[in-house]
Amino acid sequence: MALRSASALRGHLLTRGLITGYLSLIVLIPLAAVAGRSFQDGWGTYWATITDAEALAALEFSLLSSLVVVAINAVVGTLIAWVLVRDSFRGKELVNSLIDLPFALPTIVAGLTLLTLYGPTSPVGINVAYTRAGVGLALLFVTLPFVVRAVQPVLLALDREAEEAAASLGASRSATFRRIVLPALLPAILSGVGLGFARAIGEFGSVVLISGNIPFQTEVASVHVFGRIESDDVTGAAAISVVLLALSLLVLVLINAFTRWRTRHEH
Amino acid sequence: MSTRIAARTIALGYLALLIALPVGLVVWRTFEHGLAPVWTTMTQPDALHAFWLTVMIVLITVPLNTLFGVLCALALVRHHFPGKSILNAIIDLPVAISPVVVGLALFIVYGRRGWFGDWLLAHGMRVLFAVPGMILATIFVSLPFVVREVVPVLREIGTEQEQAAQTLGATPLQIFWRVTLPSIRAGVTYGVVLTTARALGEFGAVSIVSGRLSGQTETLTLYVQERFEQFDLTGAYTASLVLALLALATVVGMNAFKSKGAV
Repeated sequence: MALRSASALRGHLLTRGLITGYLSLIVLIPLAAVAGRSFQDGWGTYWATITDAEALAALEFSLLSSLVVVAINAVVGTLIAWVLVRDSFRGKELVNSLIDLPFALPTIVAGLTLLTLYGPTSPVGINVAYTRAGVGLALLFVTLPFVVRAVQPVLLALDREAEEAAASLGASRSATFRRIVLPALLPAILSGVGLGFARAIGEFGSVVLISGNIPFQTEVASVHVFGRIESDDVTGAAAISVVLLALSLLVLVLINAFTRWRTRHEH
Repeated sequence: MSTRIAARTIALGYLALLIALPVGLVVWRTFEHGLAPVWTTMTQPDALHAFWLTVMIVLITVPLNTLFGVLCALALVRHHFPGKSILNAIIDLPVAISPVVVGLALFIVYGRRGWFGDWLLAHGMRVLFAVPGMILATIFVSLPFVVREVVPVLREIGTEQEQAAQTLGATPLQIFWRVTLPSIRAGVTYGVVLTTARALGEFGAVSIVSGRLSGQTETLTLYVQERFEQFDLTGAYTASLVLALLALATVVGMNAFKSKGAV
């Protein structure tokens, strides 16, 4: 028995060592290197880099477009989840599978795909290539599943008795939705919005072909970072990356805090 | 009733305009001039090389991340140790980080004057602008999926069966293979499917660390971009379609496991 527990302890230590080593090598050391590199030339240089007009414009545009896109997702995503759960029509299963496609489709293919229908050679005459609308469209494509997939299970599990009671007491459909359904869905919508925002703020592959990467106009933060790496300004690229990292971290922390707050209040 | 029809119309219309029609058009454009040009494009040396390189990177990345994912999930659910909440937070990081930042991070560590780059180069190991760097980038971006799928399943099944096996004298390894693994299999498989999809489609991070040398460090996603920029639309569409078919297989796989898990 003592022998076994000694070997079990060795096993645990080995597992812990493996996990720490793998995470350090793949994730932690590289991220630490980015932070280290960004402050290499001091705080002054760092500040000058991230407040450089072109960098600021790119960061602003990324932030703005991500906010607009997740706002649209919150509304349309909830609507799609509603239709997929409460409505029934032929081909619903197929539509349901379609929702996962943006997760599965490589981002560069997503960009090319949108450009085929809404680009210079569009058969319907709509051309959003090299415009801010085009960037928004790409972000809508890649973030579509987040809200839908977060809301769907909650809607499925939602007890319909409360809704029926409200309806029988004379509440209108919109009042029932606002007072009963929406409050129950809100946590799921917010978590979908948070994940979608984290994705949109750093999105690269789907945007790179469609945006044309025009500074001060259609250049997003990740493309700006890419440009700096290409022109050998690695320290500058690292400085702006730290801002992006901080934003992603903030969103993760907020989602975690919100989930914890909710579970505490439910029990 | 009319609200329902309106909701359905808006939802389906949105999905058609954003996803179904663009994807449909790409398929049509690929085969517009028949099968012959598609076949010629697919069998070009650079395209074939990109395909096999992508497959190889996936075949190295997925087993490593699966092994790590299962170990990590077991540690997170079954053991208490200092720093557990930190580990829990770090695991989520890779999905929230821009692929460009991932690429840059590896570029800094393994590049010239990097923390490891010079030493490794001096010992004859090239990581940046070579396949090892691309594998590291792919492992990074697809790291959390198995962990995230297995953790809830492990919580759900509890420890009763494992304890029973232990009482009956099973060794930890026997317990893992005979009791734990069979009950988390669905979660692991779904995680593997997600990892595969992400690894197949990685673009930004790989684009930075690969150096994009045609026929050497070009994966299928990089090949799509290169062909597009060379105005070879058939080439870009064909490679996209190969990727899309792999993606489609992934979606079908996902839904197969989802419906199994729901029951």
